[in-house]
Amino acid sequence: MKLNGAQILIHCLKREGVKHVFGYPGGAVLHIYDALEAQDEITHVLVRHEQGAAHGADGYARANGMPGVVLVTSGPGITNAVTGIATAHMDSIPMVVISGQVPSPLIGMDAFQEVDATGITRSCVKHNFLIRDISEVASTVKKAFYIATTGRPGPVVIDIPKDITIAEMEMEEYPETVEMRSYKPTTKASNRQIRKAAELIANSQRPIFYSGGGCVIGNASKELRELTRKLGFPITQTLMGLGAYPGTDKLSLGMLGMHGTYEANMAMYESDCVVAIGSRFDDRITGNLEKFCPTAKFIHIDIDPSQISKNVVADIPIVGQTKQVLQALIDELKDKKLTDISKWWSQINEWRKVDSLAYTKKSGVIKPQTVIEMLYEVTKGKAIVTSDVGQHQMWAAQYYLFDEPRQWINSGGLGTMGFGLPAAMGAKIAMPDRDVACVTGEGSIQMMLQELSTMLQYSTPVKIINLNNGYLGMVRQWQEFFYEKRYAMSYMDALPDFIKLAESYGHIGIKVEKESDLKPALVEAFKQKDRTVFLDILTDPSENVFPMIPAGGAHCDMLLAGRDQMVSKDETDFNAV
Amino acid sequence: MRHIISVILENEAGALSRVSGLFTQRGFNIESLTVAQTNDVNLSRMTIVSSGSDRVLEQIVKQLNKLIEVVKVSDLTSQDHVERELMLVKISSVLKDNVDLKELVEIFGCKVVDVTEKIYTIEVSGKTKKINAFLDAFDPANIIEVSRTGVTGISRGKK
Repeated sequence: MKLNGAQILIHCLKREGVKHVFGYPGGAVLHIYDALEAQDEITHVLVRHEQGAAHGADGYARANGMPGVVLVTSGPGITNAVTGIATAHMDSIPMVVISGQVPSPLIGMDAFQEVDATGITRSCVKHNFLIRDISEVASTVKKAFYIATTGRPGPVVIDIPKDITIAEMEMEEYPETVEMRSYKPTTKASNRQIRKAAELIANSQRPIFYSGGGCVIGNASKELRELTRKLGFPITQTLMGLGAYPGTDKLSLGMLGMHGTYEANMAMYESDCVVAIGSRFDDRITGNLEKFCPTAKFIHIDIDPSQISKNVVADIPIVGQTKQVLQALIDELKDKKLTDISKWWSQINEWRKVDSLAYTKKSGVIKPQTVIEMLYEVTKGKAIVTSDVGQHQMWAAQYYLFDEPRQWINSGGLGTMGFGLPAAMGAKIAMPDRDVACVTGEGSIQMMLQELSTMLQYSTPVKIINLNNGYLGMVRQWQEFFYEKRYAMSYMDALPDFIKLAESYGHIGIKVEKESDLKPALVEAFKQKDRTVFLDILTDPSENVFPMIPAGGAHCDMLLAGRDQMVSKDETDFNAV
Repeated sequence: MRHIISVILENEAGALSRVSGLFTQRGFNIESLTVAQTNDVNLSRMTIVSSGSDRVLEQIVKQLNKLIEVVKVSDLTSQDHVERELMLVKISSVLKDNVDLKELVEIFGCKVVDVTEKIYTIEVSGKTKKINAFLDAFDPANIIEVSRTGVTGISRGKK
């Protein structure tokens, strides 16, 4: 049977097991939409802006582990999606983006809605393709899904000119497997390295596990729990790793880094053996590299060799999948005699007494931390929580103790404001039976507000927790500390009435101005199982995120709430971002 | 330190810009870059001359390996290798100093490939140092135009 390129494309997506596509139509993809309309295996989610499509597919992928699929038109369609693609790329999220292109003969002629899609996306994708002939459609889709989901995952863009979607050919069998001589993602960790690591682990006196997003994306939570508990080691997790190890567990020291807990950062600073598992020594984690973990030896487990010794030189590098490497370590350490680390634990427990996440309530204002604690209580710690970017993101990470992987969804690498709402929508589509909350702020939410409309159309009930303090809080915090309180452009004036706004989109809006109203409002919101509820919660505008390692500082230089004054000490602060 | 990195990659549209883009994106420098098809029509060899510390070089090699189309990356400078560069240079035949052009051509083992009324075009090949030395032998005023290919190289022996 002869099929056109668009029909072949849709057929391939079905064969890849795609159930949902997030997209927006336009001239160059009309044939693809025509083919999509003629079937009912794949549901198309019509977003209101292509960035929302990319974030939606991203949230979907993070929630259920399946690759997110995006379909956009040429020109502005793909450029609008770029922020979402870059977001997925920074956090290694599997995604396949199909973008329409002007017909092949018009490429390079500055045609209507033409951009060089592969050129523009080159530096923010794992790989991209420009299809040049209809015979390449099936093999390209196969390769795209293979590349996006294997090794270190990431987004792959397929740019497909309109004439190729129109051309016809006999449909060949969709390839079952794909062989690429230049891409071999499956690496088995070296046994020798595993043995060396096990030796170091067994003999260390002040060990710590520092695990990251690689344990979530690599589905290594089970092995991570088993190994950590077997060894009885303290574990700290990055912003991207939260939930892979339960946040409520007694071995968990919470998050580390710029806004990490006192015990996590101090333990890193004093450790003699740091085991990095699927984490990449990001600058938000390490602070000043010269003062980072001065007495530690590093074991670095990562699937991507280029991460190893990029920022911090690894003493024992292990290239491999977190899941397999952790299992190998469990086996290797099974009968090994371990060093007694009870002294190390007493030291850690001393640090814990500092209670670095304590905050002082003030009468008459709602503390943002209280909101997250209450959200945790009302959802019994079981909700999927997405966030936008800024102070609220840090508070959600600090005060909602995630016990499961894929429960916490945020833009960690790129720090994309506007991510939270469409990601929550995507997560709800992926996990319709779960409660989904989007923790956001009045700044971030306004970057992707239009998706409220999509959420009504596709009935994706999400609870929006808007921590409204009238400021771009993280910007304001830095200005307070490092710019002598010159609050340039961080005040959000002329805010909309979020309640009316939510209502006009067909959702429920609840304003919360008093702490006593907070819990009833949250309970009410989660009772509305099939409605999106927008909780506009007025919070303390002067609250700052603590602890904080000022830029250029070491893990032992943390500033604590109520104890330290935050003032700019030297010029290096200004070079920080 | 100067490194010659040899990259074998799939001969596909966009592969060259992926490699050159990687260098700008990550702040690695490129002194020269040459590329052409190999004996396998599906593969190209790219030879890149870059400089940096061992750690920078390690990152360059790893990042290149990460590109989907790259089949093999090797640092030629770390092994026995042969390297060559080709230069075409136009020299004024009305030499302003006492250089004997024919003698130089002989010493450097190069060829005069074109002669016009006032200009000799000379083909020089060899290591970069030799090419530089040839140019240094002339008064800059006599050098009219230079076109160099950049370095290409290959490892010695069986592999």
